[in-house]
Amino acid sequence: MSVCAIVEADAAAPGDDPVSPLARVYGEPLAQLPHDLYIPPDAMAVMLDAFEGPLDLLLYLIRRANVNVLDIPMAPLTEQYLTYVEAMRSQNLELAADYLVMAAMLIEIKSRMLLPRPKAPAGDEAEDPRAELVRRLIEYEQMKRAAYGLNELPQAERDFDWVEVWVEKALLRRLPEVSAQDLQNAWRGILRQAKLHTRHLVQREELSVREHMGIILRRLRAAGGFVEFVDLFDPRLGAPVLVVHFLALLELAREHLLEMTQVEAFAPIYLRLADGHGDS
Amino acid sequence: MDTAIPDQPASAELPAQPAERKRVLEAVLLSAREPLSLLELRRVFNDEIASDVLRVLLDELRAEWNGRSLELLPVASGWRFRTRAEFMPYLERLHPEKPPRYSRAVLETLAIIAYRQPVTRGDIEDIRGVSVATQVIRVLEERGWVDVVGHRDTPGRPALLATTKKFLDDLGLRSLAELPALAQINPTLDLSDAQPQTPAAG
Repeated sequence: MSVCAIVEADAAAPGDDPVSPLARVYGEPLAQLPHDLYIPPDAMAVMLDAFEGPLDLLLYLIRRANVNVLDIPMAPLTEQYLTYVEAMRSQNLELAADYLVMAAMLIEIKSRMLLPRPKAPAGDEAEDPRAELVRRLIEYEQMKRAAYGLNELPQAERDFDWVEVWVEKALLRRLPEVSAQDLQNAWRGILRQAKLHTRHLVQREELSVREHMGIILRRLRAAGGFVEFVDLFDPRLGAPVLVVHFLALLELAREHLLEMTQVEAFAPIYLRLADGHGDS
Repeated sequence: MDTAIPDQPASAELPAQPAERKRVLEAVLLSAREPLSLLELRRVFNDEIASDVLRVLLDELRAEWNGRSLELLPVASGWRFRTRAEFMPYLERLHPEKPPRYSRAVLETLAIIAYRQPVTRGDIEDIRGVSVATQVIRVLEERGWVDVVGHRDTPGRPALLATTKKFLDDLGLRSLAELPALAQINPTLDLSDAQPQTPAAG
């Protein structure tokens, strides 16, 4: 709070009486504010953007006053700085925060300059209260110029473009070469694979033993009730049909619907309807 | 000279003549999307050309392009062709949206990172005397110029920022040593020095 009080007190001075000396720079009284420090109130918003912070503002003030940065006259500098900050404070409190910290620091340095300096041990030169501020000002000044220097360097996309010749990738795409041998090998591979994947398709064929029993009976009846065993089977119908046919035969025999006779071993087998009646 | 080049079938054989080799380098560099390092360029020749020989060829090639609209430039990541700055105004007419200029806050932050790296955000704030907006760092990170290289072993483990190879590439620098020298700050600042337009003494 004390900072604010001092700020207001100092800021009020120039407005009250512009003719009285405001400050002494190297013994010379300043009768009026330096031209460049007069900031019209409505220009303030523009000026705010011009400075990057309290150090930037201080550097500006020091340069304009053309004073030695190693021997900064703290009183006038602080006064000028506070004038500026007060104007800023009335416009933009948020932005003034960083500046108020610096204001406090300046006032502290100014106060310490008025006090007798404590003797430094071992005959060293007593530290100047301004040393830290000067160090920071010089460091900032250096970086500020470095930033300017960097910005001067040609910058990709701003000052030049990288060159990249457009290459028609389609022209460059190389199709793999294929020989007849490759094709043959590939085909053999497929065949090998196919063999591994061969499977038996099991399909339920609707073969009814009952149906075949009927077929056999009708056949016997048509043949006059008497047929040789081998004549009953047609190999062209395939194994499943033959098996079912045979099963039907056995079933007929079991049900005593037909009789099988064989004269001797390996002699032809004959089938005969059990009722002994044929159609003819 | 033409007669000295024997008629050879087009193949990927090692070109014998320096002139031929330079044409190969030219084709490779012009069509590259990134700077090409010496190592990559040697691979173009099956590693059969020594690096120092390659360097000579590149320097010759660079000299051959003098006075043309393109220039061959060695940057941090390798060699790359770029357009000469004087043609940028013409190139920009085809792309009216101009790249944004960086604010002083961004440039000063970049300078501090470049010259004082690795630095934390706190370091930057100390030097600039103002708080650094997150946006400022993000702008630099998005450009690929700055990234986090570690953390300082202090409370909060703040991120340490440093510049990237792309930063050097984009500014046409081979190393940080090629950054413009820091200006000696004269204790007495002349009024003439106060003009920001005064170029820093080389």
